[in-house]
Amino acid sequence: MYTIVRKEVLSDVTKLMDIEAPHVARKARAGQFIIVRIDEHGERIPLTIADYNRDAGLITIIFQEVGKSTKQLGKLEPGDAVASFAGPLGHPTDIENFGTVVCVGGGVGIAPIYPIAKELKAAGNTVISIVGARNRDLLFWEEKMKAVSDELIVCTDDGSYGRKTVVTEPLKEILGDARRKISRVWAIGPAIMMKFVAAATRPFQVPTTVSLNTIMIDGTGMCGGCRVLLDDGARFVCVDGPEFDGHKVDWENLLSRLQFYREEERIAMQAYDHKCKLEAAVEGGK
Amino acid sequence: MAELNQKERMKIKRHDMPNQDQVVRRGNFEEVALGYTEETARIEAERCLQCKEPKCTRGCPVGVMIPQFIKALREGDMVKAVEWMKVKNNLPAICGRVCPQEVQCEGSCILTKKGEAVAIGRLERFVGDYELANRTCPLVKAPRTGKRVAVVGSGPAGLTCAVDLGRQGHEITMFESLHGPGGVLVYGIPEFRLPKGVVHGEISYAVECLGIDIKTDHIIGRSFTLEELLADYDAVFLGTGAGLPSFMRIPGINLNGVMSANEFLTRVNLMKAYKFPEFDTPVKIGKKVAVVGGGNVAMDAVRCSLRLQALQARQSGGEPGEAHIVYRRSADEIPARTEEYHHAREEGVIFDLLTNPIEIIGDDKGRVKTLRCVKMELGEPDASGRRKPVTIPGSEFEMEMDTVIMALGTSPNPLVFVDADGLERTRHGTAVADNETGRTKKQRVWAGGDIVTGAATVISAMGAGKRAATDMNNFLKGEAPWA
Ligand SMILES: Cc1cc2nc3c(=O)[nH]c(=O)nc-3n(C[C@H](O)[C@H](O)[C@H](O)COP(=O)(O)OP(=O)(O)OC[C@H]3O[C@@H](n4cnc5c(N)ncnc54)[C@H](O)[C@@H]3O)c2cc1C
Ligand SMILES: Cc1cc2nc3c(=O)[nH]c(=O)nc-3n(C[C@H](O)[C@H](O)[C@H](O)COP(=O)(O)OP(=O)(O)OC[C@H]3O[C@@H](n4cnc5c(N)ncnc54)[C@H](O)[C@@H]3O)c2cc1C
Ligand code: SF4
Ligand code: SF4
Ligand code: FES
Repeated sequence: MYTIVRKEVLSDVTKLMDIEAPHVARKARAGQFIIVRIDEHGERIPLTIADYNRDAGLITIIFQEVGKSTKQLGKLEPGDAVASFAGPLGHPTDIENFGTVVCVGGGVGIAPIYPIAKELKAAGNTVISIVGARNRDLLFWEEKMKAVSDELIVCTDDGSYGRKTVVTEPLKEILGDARRKISRVWAIGPAIMMKFVAAATRPFQVPTTVSLNTIMIDGTGMCGGCRVLLDDGARFVCVDGPEFDGHKVDWENLLSRLQFYREEERIAMQAYDHKCKLEAAVEGGK
Repeated sequence: MAELNQKERMKIKRHDMPNQDQVVRRGNFEEVALGYTEETARIEAERCLQCKEPKCTRGCPVGVMIPQFIKALREGDMVKAVEWMKVKNNLPAICGRVCPQEVQCEGSCILTKKGEAVAIGRLERFVGDYELANRTCPLVKAPRTGKRVAVVGSGPAGLTCAVDLGRQGHEITMFESLHGPGGVLVYGIPEFRLPKGVVHGEISYAVECLGIDIKTDHIIGRSFTLEELLADYDAVFLGTGAGLPSFMRIPGINLNGVMSANEFLTRVNLMKAYKFPEFDTPVKIGKKVAVVGGGNVAMDAVRCSLRLQALQARQSGGEPGEAHIVYRRSADEIPARTEEYHHAREEGVIFDLLTNPIEIIGDDKGRVKTLRCVKMELGEPDASGRRKPVTIPGSEFEMEMDTVIMALGTSPNPLVFVDADGLERTRHGTAVADNETGRTKKQRVWAGGDIVTGAATVISAMGAGKRAATDMNNFLKGEAPWA
């Protein structure tokens, strides 16, 4: 069992947790992920390593509650424990001094883009960051992002905070600004956002790294469920990625594969809500 | 029973093992083969001629003392039977269920020529189940040696190695990347063929008696590297198997509804998707399933498909659907255990033999709709001695399918080779290790099981684990230094 030692509520649906997992912390690097299973009936879900503390043996995860497993995880409190926690998985981000780079984080993608921006900055890059969310309540870590960026642009879909636009708009402006000479772009967020970021950078031929969030089971190359189509054939996201050249990804295939279990996800959520209500009723009746 | 003579023994017919009804079992995941009763086991044991030079033993990859355990069994001395069994095989309840006996012990039994072999596998299972229930042959740990051994991978190879070394008094730590131990025995082979209770029973017993520490969620090559293990332990055994799936190189493999048998079986067996939503992991199975391949993995996948289809039909009404095996050779070449092939047929699996897929076609939502295939015929024998299937020109045809499961063989996972300088690998990705001792090209590192042989059998993996344990023990005692 792996104990939750700290929990922070970043928004109604976004939670941060520090989890005790020395075997993961000892080697964790930016860009890698873990696989967590809450209890004996749980599924294995992948989450990015948002931060780590090797000395204390801690891994920080940040997740958005989108379905049964993430909702259930969000209900756990410090002192509770999860049944499995495996990692670090995938390849770390390739950090060098590239010159001027743009880091784009959408929604919960702000969490995994933060350590990457931090390391890029430390490696001597000029870092421009763009973070976006549907609305103000879903934004988090603005201060942290500011601290590791030379420039930070914040936007929301509904204009409740920062610029009222999607992240690709400021990105296009920056790319179109001849004085800036952007050498690389990183984008992490919903698949659809990463697809549009890749489309925005393509005409400028700026190398664009995306971190793919396919459905996974083992995370070690054993099932092939996470496979993604690139220009030159299929890859396993868990062992070959999770970062890939966004210009090579078959986005339609990726998006359709993410939908495959939609109906089952709905059934799982329904069954879980029902169980929670029953438990609440029992509690209430005591 | 009075002592029989040879003739009388040979008159006894081989006893079938009772099975769950073929219609009923299609709708559940409970064990199909129900095992012998004490009485049938005794009578079956009477069939053995007690050969002076038993061919059966030579047919078994680990040389189980077959006539000896059978003799004890028919004399009613179960304690003795278990003892004989365990001289060579720690896990008879498992091997009795999953060994391909027809090409190993039973295939070599003298009676095969004159009729039917002694049902060695079923008798072995009977002995194994007795031991599971009664524990007459306790595992005892020798005085501590102070030596520390790391065993990577908790499949049959790793488990056997760990148990044998644990008994010698060494301190054993096992590292397993998944959340539970057992390897293919738990994630691959389904409940209806090998109940997980049997596997967990054996593992927890060994852990208890020998104090083996199993660290799950530990991926060697990621959480720790081989070099790091070598710094902490006196010796390392690699039993990480051959878990990497392969996909056919045909158009359409990334459509929704195409998956590897590994993914499908892991969802169903390890994650218990057949109990969704009681368990969180779902599995999607269509009304028309094609499993490509003809080995044990393919049979397991197709029979799981049938069961899921039946469960679905029961819940939502309607027809259960069809499950096909699509295999490019003929029935004679099917590499699966004979028993599984027969069970699959009884359960209603459709066999499309001498058939090879060339394309998977999707609908406008990116879901599998059609499997395009060609017909094959058998040509000259190939390197494996089997006749090579060749395409019949102009024989293309299409089958409507909504799920395609690829069961085409697997190769070793390369993760364990990360930061492992000197650990030599073949072109096929398998580790180079001595067949007798299990020694690799890297000092203090042994390997055995599927990681060395490529996908093989449970008993050959156990045999390799056992041989390596013997050599490792000698090494640790200073009797067999590394040259
Ligand atoms: C490498 C990687 C890193 C990730 N990092 C983060 C992160 O840091 N924070 C975060 O909030 N989310 C992250 N995700 C996504 C996260 O894994 C899913 O949101 C989570 O699995 C949803 O589970 P659920 O039961 O709550 O929702 P469900 O109702 O099961 O699904 C909701 C959505 O999540 C996707 N999903 C479902 N099951 C899986 C699965 N086993 N693996 C991956 N995706 C799945 C589905 O496509 C669906 O769109 C990451 C995914 C990957 C592959
Ligand atoms: C579906 C299926 C059905 C089969 N049916 C039969 C049958 O009926 N009869 C028969 O004799 N054989 C059968 N086999 C073959 C048999 O199961 C294997 O030959 C045998 O399990 C190999 O044992 P092993 O110990 O070498 O490896 P495995 O059983 O594969 O175990 C390896 C273990 O190592 C772990 N691992 C891998 N990499 C790492 C790492 N880097 N760090 C830590 N842990 C790691 C894996 O998670 C796994 O648990 C079947 C195989 C499959 C897939
Ligand atoms: S271990 Fe397998 S091959 Fe050997 S005797 Fe037992 S059933 Fe036969
Ligand atoms: S070969 Fe057959 S008959 Fe002879 S000892 Fe072995 S099992 Fe008995
Ligand atoms: S998650 Fe199974 S191979 Fe990537």
